[in-house]
Amino acid sequence: MAITTAPADVAVVDDAAPQREFRRLPWVSFAVIAVLALVAVLAPLIATHSPTEQSLPDKLRPPAWQEGGSTKHLLGTDLLGRDVFSRLVYGARVSLTVAMFALLSGGLIGLAIGILAGYAGGRTDSALMRIVDATLTFPTILIALVLAVSLGAGLGTIVLAITVIIWARFARVVRGEVLTVKTRDFVALARVHGCSHVRIMAIHIVPNVLNTFMVLMTLHIGFVIIVEASLSFLGAGIPPPTPSWGQMVADGRSHIASAWWLSALPGAAIMLVVLSFNLFGDWLRDWLDPRLRQV
Amino acid sequence: MQRFILRRFFQSLVVLLVVAVVVFALARVTGNAADLLLPEDAGREDREHLLKALGLDRPMHEQLARFLKGALSGDLGMSIRYRKPAVEVFFERLPNTLTLVPIALLSAIVISIPLGLLAAVYRGTIIDRVSGAIAVLGIATPSFWLGIVLIYIFSIQLGWLPSARMGGPAHYILPTITLAAFLVAGMMRLVRSSVLEVLNSEFVKLARIKGLSQTVVIWKHCLRNALIPVVTLFGVFFALLVTGAIVTETVFAWPGVGRLTYEAVIFRDYPLLQAVILLKAMIVLGVNLAVDILYAYLDPRVRYS
Repeated sequence: MAITTAPADVAVVDDAAPQREFRRLPWVSFAVIAVLALVAVLAPLIATHSPTEQSLPDKLRPPAWQEGGSTKHLLGTDLLGRDVFSRLVYGARVSLTVAMFALLSGGLIGLAIGILAGYAGGRTDSALMRIVDATLTFPTILIALVLAVSLGAGLGTIVLAITVIIWARFARVVRGEVLTVKTRDFVALARVHGCSHVRIMAIHIVPNVLNTFMVLMTLHIGFVIIVEASLSFLGAGIPPPTPSWGQMVADGRSHIASAWWLSALPGAAIMLVVLSFNLFGDWLRDWLDPRLRQV
Repeated sequence: MQRFILRRFFQSLVVLLVVAVVVFALARVTGNAADLLLPEDAGREDREHLLKALGLDRPMHEQLARFLKGALSGDLGMSIRYRKPAVEVFFERLPNTLTLVPIALLSAIVISIPLGLLAAVYRGTIIDRVSGAIAVLGIATPSFWLGIVLIYIFSIQLGWLPSARMGGPAHYILPTITLAAFLVAGMMRLVRSSVLEVLNSEFVKLARIKGLSQTVVIWKHCLRNALIPVVTLFGVFFALLVTGAIVTETVFAWPGVGRLTYEAVIFRDYPLLQAVILLKAMIVLGVNLAVDILYAYLDPRVRYS
């Protein structure tokens, strides 16, 4: 098939302008990411309460600035009297952990398959790319849901589920990159020198697609966080009582009329973080690998 | 052309078969289906009896063969929660989704194509910036959260629109926005970048040299060609739509197949989930096949690659 399918929602497609537009470092995004990382690492120090400790007399307290709120619970409490601020803080940890593992596994598998397909070419290439096409046009979240239900919810399952969703996006772009790298002289030279194919792929090809790979990783962090939140929202994510943002939004959904903060705050957190990662990813792409704009 | 159709059809069948085998294999990982069906106080004998009745005591390849045979004749097992054939439950709900999804798809197209076009034509101006900002925000907003925020603003605070379930035309507004927003961001950027590319092409320059007006050049010469990638990516957009429908229908308690998927997950109704996934897979693959054939018909280059 000549029909090329690029991931639509990653919006790597941008200006067709050949000249390299240099953008300033997106300070705001950078700051949000730094704060998020800090919060996730230092969660026990920053949280004011235990994220799972229930206290029914304190349930559904509004945030501190609203009438009836107190500084004891900065962002109010949920149905079970758990502190929303502390749950958000620990939720950041969950989001980032899942994102890290899922990106590593999905990214590395995609990298390996992309390199293999691009380097081997021929039948191997067309077979692998057919699988990639099928994966991209299939609502892979369905497979992720089956995984969650059959293997039981947990960190391992959700990482596996997201891996299934994202590997094909990596494989497609990496393969395209390898196609150009492998025609370069140093690859032919290595071959003449008697390097094995495995050695050429590992030592000569990998370093040359690493930039692209890093940019892809960054561009996908936001996407992975949204997928994780969606799976948690659908009851197929990290199981309670561990706080995760998607699940917090789901829990607060039925009380949106009386307690807006339960759903609104974690949702806003997801949006802010994803926005920051995406802007940061765009900037990194322009800086490291502007050609990716046209992918 | 016939060879192309046959080849594509065969590919779709293979994908479907892979999905069926994966779903089947995962069902065995779940532990025994018998344990889900039996009451907790069931004895050992009851269990063995049920295992035999369900054919779960047979070797794995025989079970797989039986499952595939059943699937071919439209039997995908009984839903645990509804105590009805899962296929039946699915088709009861399907019409509700089929009223929502086309409206959302149409709205997304109607919004994103002009916006993307305007952003490209007025590149670098305020219009481009605003549409860029909408796209960036749209990608970063989880659609389940967007739905909840819309409900909070338009149903609870303003009281203008109903917040859940099916009903008159007003019931369609919020779910449509939620579902369409999912697509608009991606589509708009795609249209913008492909219009930009086309604007630089030789035939557009020629059209200008011929003295055609800006309107004709843009609407007739540019847009037509710029829409090719949008058509090409229809499969991806459709997959996004199916995914989006799960979340949107869940938020708005819309009794369609998306909501059914969510229920199957929440109640751990594995037979139902299995049926939903296989049937959805069939629909998605069918739509993709149809689009590819249409595309190959329109663009002969595709057939021979």
